[in-house]
Amino acid sequence: MPEALNDFRNRARAWLGANAPRRSDDDATGVPRRWDLDSARAFQAELHDAGLAGIAWPTAYGGQGMTPAEQRAFDEEARDFDLPGEFFSIGMGMCGPTILDLGTEEQKARYIRPLLRGEEVWCQLFSEPGAGSDVASLQTRAVKDGDGWLVSGQKVWTSVARYADFGALIARTDPDRPKHDGITMFVVDMHAPGVTVRPLRDMTGGATFNEVFFDGVRVPDRNVVGEVDGGWAASIRMLMHERVSIGGSTRPRRGATFGSLSKLARSRGMDGDPVVRQRLAELYVRERAVHLFGTRLAQEARHGRNPGSRGSVGKLAGAELARFSAGVAAELLGGDAIAWDSTDREAARWAAAVLSAPAAAIAGGSNEVQRNIIGERVLGLPKEPQVDRDVPFRELRVGTQAGASRQ
Amino acid sequence: MNLVLTEEQEELRASVRRFLNDRSPMSRVRQVIETPEGYDRALWDRMAADLSLQGMAVPDTWGGAGFGQVEMSIVMEELGRALVPSPFLASAVLASNALLALDDEDAKRELLPSIADGRTIATLAAAEDGGGWDGTEVATTAALDGEGWRLHGTKTLVVDGLNADLLVVVARAGDELGFFIVEGDAPYLNRTKLAGLDLARQLASLEFSGTAARRLVSEYAAGALSRALDLSSVALAAEQLGGLEHCLDTSVDYAKARAQFGRPIGSFQAVKHLCADMHVAMELARSVLRYAAWAADEAPEELPAAAALARAYCSEAFFKVAADTIQVHGGIGFIWEHDAHLYYRRAKSSELLIGGPVQVREQLAQRLGV
Repeated sequence: MPEALNDFRNRARAWLGANAPRRSDDDATGVPRRWDLDSARAFQAELHDAGLAGIAWPTAYGGQGMTPAEQRAFDEEARDFDLPGEFFSIGMGMCGPTILDLGTEEQKARYIRPLLRGEEVWCQLFSEPGAGSDVASLQTRAVKDGDGWLVSGQKVWTSVARYADFGALIARTDPDRPKHDGITMFVVDMHAPGVTVRPLRDMTGGATFNEVFFDGVRVPDRNVVGEVDGGWAASIRMLMHERVSIGGSTRPRRGATFGSLSKLARSRGMDGDPVVRQRLAELYVRERAVHLFGTRLAQEARHGRNPGSRGSVGKLAGAELARFSAGVAAELLGGDAIAWDSTDREAARWAAAVLSAPAAAIAGGSNEVQRNIIGERVLGLPKEPQVDRDVPFRELRVGTQAGASRQ
Repeated sequence: MNLVLTEEQEELRASVRRFLNDRSPMSRVRQVIETPEGYDRALWDRMAADLSLQGMAVPDTWGGAGFGQVEMSIVMEELGRALVPSPFLASAVLASNALLALDDEDAKRELLPSIADGRTIATLAAAEDGGGWDGTEVATTAALDGEGWRLHGTKTLVVDGLNADLLVVVARAGDELGFFIVEGDAPYLNRTKLAGLDLARQLASLEFSGTAARRLVSEYAAGALSRALDLSSVALAAEQLGGLEHCLDTSVDYAKARAQFGRPIGSFQAVKHLCADMHVAMELARSVLRYAAWAADEAPEELPAAAALARAYCSEAFFKVAADTIQVHGGIGFIWEHDAHLYYRRAKSSELLIGGPVQVREQLAQRLGV
């Protein structure tokens, strides 16, 4: 007999209380405790042993075989804890679900369980220097070689690539077909000869992302995900998982939030200033609206209404909120936002909130791409005329490819 | 927290929408707003007789349908979508919420049934020139003479003040705030119709010069006024959401139909992205509104902040979408015969009706403990 939802919730709460570090409220800027890879892996394995990883994933591949209701109950209980999501979120939120959707029996049996246990870390290899919003114009090539493929090219913006054991890669397998038609998705071993990962230092000074170079990397046939030359459909599938996992999140925001900025205003004696009060109220309104939308989407999903492309709404609104809240933080800090004692870690974190805000509006599909998705897939507005849709890829002017002389 | 409507609630929405499509299409709205009274009495009577709309949130002990604020918000959303000119906000929302918030059981028994079935049109006279709605700066006074209470002072922004049979008036009796009932046609009451931005909502000023009034029992009048205005704010926010939805729908339809440079304007990103942002505003406004309506029924301790939240978000969102609707339509959207300006007028007017954005944000900050 299945465990009742409430029993499950109690079990999850008890386990987290005994085993997971609590989120700290003392730290006004709310930067999470940093996990290292080894402790993150150990924790994830314990979480899986406790029956709390892959909650709604099929039992045949190491999941718990429960429903999204249990997953949401767990997510709600986990809000107060710092879980090591940074290493595993790409695998759990995007790669794993796509392999479950489209993978072969062999792939599901091989990859899902270690992914859920944190034994193998995954990354996603889509974007390229010449293929950002227009990811279908990618130039990384996979050329047939016996019972496998040889992959050459460059990927960029790859989170966790430094730690990753596997990547979900899309590469061009037929340049004579139009750009959307000649792409294939592969599982690539990140430890294979010919794979080079280079951290990419971003404008915050940190290096969340990486560049990944492929130089004749051999990938066996059995690692094709979905159909050969059918990789575009697989990519769309994975990107939808991505937007839902970013935009549908009901986790409380960290960093420059109404809560942390109200505290800041109080500690600086600014909370009586009518202009500051207006700004804080405005921040609350925007923050709460984004959060309530995420909650409503999750509740609708529970009633059987798939969020689909509406995940883009939360993603876009969240990115705009990140910029707005960083702006309010800077207004409150004044001069302290631009110069601080070099040992003042809190000030450095506020600056990081300002510096990281642009990423939210670009990563995972820029605001402009999200608006196109909302306009076209939610509202049904017509697409722009596309000049490159029916042209063989090799004739296009993309990235480092000059294209044909045709106009 | 529940932000998803039940099947029964969706059915209520569908029947209200069908009713208004049939009986109050835009062509009819255009005729009605040109009449002196500015609303359609026959439609008003059918709203009560066919669907019991006026008494939706009035308990059945006082002749209402006994539903909650979620159902009320559905009705208001549909009235806002169709821009129905009627004293619904005045009578079924503002005045009813005031009476329900008071402790005067006799008055409730006596007055609510005829308000709930639409026979009586009531309204709330709270705002004054230079003062807000919240009762902190009320200059209208009530004093006892040999025959009873008499009111002196002037109220403004009284919704449907000219159409009302019954006025619920906020006045100061000595140091105390109080609620008073005045007949619409009472002697020594001068009612003046105001020229207004919103063509589909009539506002009036009321001048009391020794007008006879009946005092209502209220243990804590400021609290009752606050509760009545919070509930009314949620209802008004629902009406704003409905107006926003109409604007979004017409903009998207127009962007698909209108062609320039050889293709639908909705295929240009400049227009498409404007529509996408309108959709985002709609989704977030709907989420906020559902939460506020839920709080009104199920979590009264959350209502004060939730009501201010809903007013703040829906006001800004509706006006932005109404303005962008004109932008999507271009020149045709600026024409008198086009409906876009009716919604634009409604959006700006509603944004400022029960306290404007600055007051609402300050109120929200206070309620959040900032």
